[in-house]
Amino acid sequence: MDLDALERDLLGQIERAGDEASLEALRVAALGKKGSVSELLKTLGAMTPDERRERGPLINGLRDRVQGAILAKREALTEAALDARLSAERIDVTLPLREAPEVRGRIHPISQVIEEITAIFADLGFSVAEGPDIETDELNFTALNFPEGHPAREMHDTFFLRPDHLGRRKLLRTHTSPVQVRTMRAGQPPIRVIMPGRTYRHDSDQTHTPMFHQVEGLVIDRSANIANLKWVLESFCRAFFEVEAVTMRFRPSFFPFTEPSAEVDIQCSRKGGELRFGEGKDWLEILGCGMVHPNVLRSGGLDPDQVQGFAFGMGIDRLAMLKYGMPDLRPFFEADVRWLEHYGFRPIDVPSLVGGLTA
Amino acid sequence: MKFTLSWLKDHLETEASLDAIAETLTRIGLEVEGIEDKAAALRPYVIARVISAEQHPNADRLRVCQVDAGDGQPLQVVCGAPNARAGMLSVFAPPGTYVPGKAITLSVGTIRGVESRGMLCSGAELGLGDDHDGILDLPAEAPVGTAYAVWAGLDDPVIEINLTPNRADCASIHGIARDLAATGIGTLKREPLPPVRGEGACPTPVTLAFDEHDKGLCPLFALRLVRGVTNGPSPEWMQKRLRAIGLRPINALVDITNYLTFDRGRPLHVFDARKVAGGLTVRRAEEGESLVALDGKTYRLDSDAVVIADDNGVESIAGIMGGQASGCDETTTDVLIESALWDPRAIARTGRRLGIVSDARYRFERGVDPAFALPGLDLATRLVVDLCGGSPSQATLAGEVPELSHVIDFPWTEVRRLAGIELSRAEMKVTLESLGFHISGSGDRVKVLPPSWRADVEGKADLVEEIVRIAGLDRIEPKPLPRAETVAVEPMLTVLQRRGRLAKRALASRGMLEAVTYSFIAQADAKLFGGGTSDLALANPIAADFSDMRPSLVPGLLRAAQANADRGFPDTALFEVGQCFASDEPEGQSLRATGLRRGTARHGGAGRHWSGAAEAVDAFEAKADALALLAALGVPTGGLQIVAGGPDWLHPGRSGTLQFGPKNVVGHFGELHPRLLKAMDLKGTLAAFEITLDSLPLPRHRPTKAKPALVLPDLQAISRDFAFVVPRDVPAADILKAAQGAERKLITGIEVFDLYEGTGIPEGAKSVAIAVRLQPAERTLTDAEIEAVSAKIVAEVSKKTGATLRA
Repeated sequence: MDLDALERDLLGQIERAGDEASLEALRVAALGKKGSVSELLKTLGAMTPDERRERGPLINGLRDRVQGAILAKREALTEAALDARLSAERIDVTLPLREAPEVRGRIHPISQVIEEITAIFADLGFSVAEGPDIETDELNFTALNFPEGHPAREMHDTFFLRPDHLGRRKLLRTHTSPVQVRTMRAGQPPIRVIMPGRTYRHDSDQTHTPMFHQVEGLVIDRSANIANLKWVLESFCRAFFEVEAVTMRFRPSFFPFTEPSAEVDIQCSRKGGELRFGEGKDWLEILGCGMVHPNVLRSGGLDPDQVQGFAFGMGIDRLAMLKYGMPDLRPFFEADVRWLEHYGFRPIDVPSLVGGLTA
Repeated sequence: MKFTLSWLKDHLETEASLDAIAETLTRIGLEVEGIEDKAAALRPYVIARVISAEQHPNADRLRVCQVDAGDGQPLQVVCGAPNARAGMLSVFAPPGTYVPGKAITLSVGTIRGVESRGMLCSGAELGLGDDHDGILDLPAEAPVGTAYAVWAGLDDPVIEINLTPNRADCASIHGIARDLAATGIGTLKREPLPPVRGEGACPTPVTLAFDEHDKGLCPLFALRLVRGVTNGPSPEWMQKRLRAIGLRPINALVDITNYLTFDRGRPLHVFDARKVAGGLTVRRAEEGESLVALDGKTYRLDSDAVVIADDNGVESIAGIMGGQASGCDETTTDVLIESALWDPRAIARTGRRLGIVSDARYRFERGVDPAFALPGLDLATRLVVDLCGGSPSQATLAGEVPELSHVIDFPWTEVRRLAGIELSRAEMKVTLESLGFHISGSGDRVKVLPPSWRADVEGKADLVEEIVRIAGLDRIEPKPLPRAETVAVEPMLTVLQRRGRLAKRALASRGMLEAVTYSFIAQADAKLFGGGTSDLALANPIAADFSDMRPSLVPGLLRAAQANADRGFPDTALFEVGQCFASDEPEGQSLRATGLRRGTARHGGAGRHWSGAAEAVDAFEAKADALALLAALGVPTGGLQIVAGGPDWLHPGRSGTLQFGPKNVVGHFGELHPRLLKAMDLKGTLAAFEITLDSLPLPRHRPTKAKPALVLPDLQAISRDFAFVVPRDVPAADILKAAQGAERKLITGIEVFDLYEGTGIPEGAKSVAIAVRLQPAERTLTDAEIEAVSAKIVAEVSKKTGATLRA
């Protein structure tokens, strides 16, 4: 067979090869050890130099073209096979997946609000102090200048534990204020702390639960006064409610542990049942505050003529309700998954002043 | 504390508007709770004459009235009242008026085909009482066309203030006026109160029968007889004021005492002298004595109560409420007027114990002005004589008016120091003086004597409060709290605080919902978790289910999960990070992180799914939560041991204990014990973990934050698999530990990749297959070396666990 005919024949067969296996068979038949082209190449050795100069390029050229055709065909077959596979491999991408754990999980609004409050006050140089829930009468009342016989000391306001064998009875703290005294006794001024925690009162209705959360602030140094107190609270409210300006009203009031004392209202609007701060004509009471009473400073081991300071306290649950719109306090402690999913926060939403309190 | 505007103006000369007065009250600490201004609310309601009342053509019960509302133009009104008749005077509301009793706004309507332009009103529709019998039927002299509220005397706004417990002096309208006058909004009217010169001694003797140490219970008791009084209804002006503030007029003598209680903050009591037998003795009640009080209820007394008694027994509970037997009524001709001082704490105690809320108690327990006891008696006497006639005796006095002697040494700079505001000395002085404080001395420090009615003022800080509250807290300009001069180096939070926060984020990231449950739980539940001891039981729980401080967070979460299941959410994953109580000491309180999974609420998802249904939760799910938490908290877990078994509330064979040595248990995990579920009446599959955050080892303190150098070996690691057959109760951890021990440095990791029991394995045994990773450090291991290591691993595991290599 002449070379041209052989080439036509081989290239035709390669072109017609339907799969990888027949292509391989063709390759072996042509380029394998005993293949038709290999046999031709073998003949080159026995040729004279002149013959070889003439036939060599022809046979080698044939080999190269056959080789090239096989490679190209192989490539084409692979592509076709992949196309066939791809057209068979189909999934329904609309099938819903399970929600990821980090998307399902929730942080309770109380935890979130405590972190928000902490972020703001940490920026003002406040650290966080804590104390036990089970307190002594001394720290919960006496040291805080509550007189003997004060109604708050009665069973209908305060939870008491059973008296011990000496007749002493501990109680569940009715406010976070005992931590003020603990803090004063534990260290020297200057003091800047906030004291978040659980508190308990013998009370239960839509806006009162027998357990709730308070955060208290305490600043003691040689100059802290009402002007500073006003600034701190205004700064806090702007940052917490995330509004440019708030209008606050300081009303003189009474607490046994502060003197002078004030309650603070914040101006708001209730248009369409939605509470907004920084606008409107209504007033909403949000906290109590005052200069630490001289007797409380003395309880803390400090001299009221040498140091001075202010304290303030607010309800964490109430702040959460005001900011995030929960209408009722009781579900906070009922762990209804529907409530937690709705009002809770995603675990990645960590409040900070750098990234914003809320997303 | 309630009062009307006109009553206030008896004591305060002022041109200020109601709004200005209200705003000032709140500004100085007498917070206005509400203002009821009936005249404003009822302004559109006018007195009208019914010109004619004809039967409605289409309705039996309706009448078509022509009404003259003052402008002479008859208006047609359809009216359903049975008493509507021609010629009567009633109250008319035009269209557009809001009707408080019906909560509607009137419009021009057509009723059964007849047009009606307005409404004739009943008292109930105006929000005045509840008479629904028909429209108001006014007397003939009522002026047609004028506002009904004005004519009816409803145009005196009622102001209610929320009185803080320290301000006893403002449980008196006179006291409120004094506070207001100090702001400059008006002038306090000070009418002289000349003493009453009675005729003859008061014939009723008074004895204060107290031991020496009890004398404080009644420092003063004054009594005066007025003979020959006529006790009928009190005058209309007095009744109107009493009604306006919610009191029911009784008769003149009683009304006078109520009137002065509010007018002057001076509670008084009146006895019908003819019903009093013998003298009056003020004493502690005897155990078992009782009294039918003026409210008609019988009160059992004990020796803690102070009473006023005569020969018949107890006649009055001191400072709280009088008795019915000696009370004054229309037949009273001789009246004994009592004005006394009582110990505030004793009054509060007795009032609370007896559950009596009275205007007298309200004032005595806050502390009345001791200096006004006798002027108050005189004022009452004069009112009795003016309104009821009669002739007064002299007053009998037992005890004495306490002396005032509390002088405060006051540097004016105290105001700037505490309040951060610069006020002129003149302003501060005027404020204190107009509040009744007496100032002596001059210069930077003065002596200040508080008035008799301000027992609450004790020291300098109180004087600062008086000055700044009258000046107005709004005048204090906010000033920045100086910031720290350096950036904080130490974290603001303690390790425990940070771990508590981190724990919440970590567990929520595992798909769990954070619950906050009550710190107190039912005693039965507490006992199941090792609590319920008497030192942690509440003496006065608010409900039986809230009786004991919780020893663990698990019971609260169990209850919550069951409640959710009952609502149709069986697959829930809840966690809580909160306090638990082992004793009533501060050290007994610990912070725990606890997770509970119910049903199929696994980390990967719950319930049925096209990709495969979730299986029920198990101990490993809880273990995964616990270990993920420890990892998230950065707890060094080198020494962590996981030991089979746990507390009683966990399944004994499907639970584990997390510990750093046997003395330092930090937590537990596992499936809940079936007996516990039965005891708590819970259903479903439940797995929980609980870790005590306080017990976890603290992070190692290192002098540098740099991490240790990373050493990456050039040589490839190799892996060898071993399958060991061991008795079923041999923990996998023992195999791993033994294998690791065979070649500490070379072995850099071991995985359990297969666990098998069944065919080919003896009964009671299991096959545990491990993959051991060998990481040569210096040179490639030869086959012989690898064989040697393998043999060593097999030998070590066999020795420590009795394992044989699986054939």
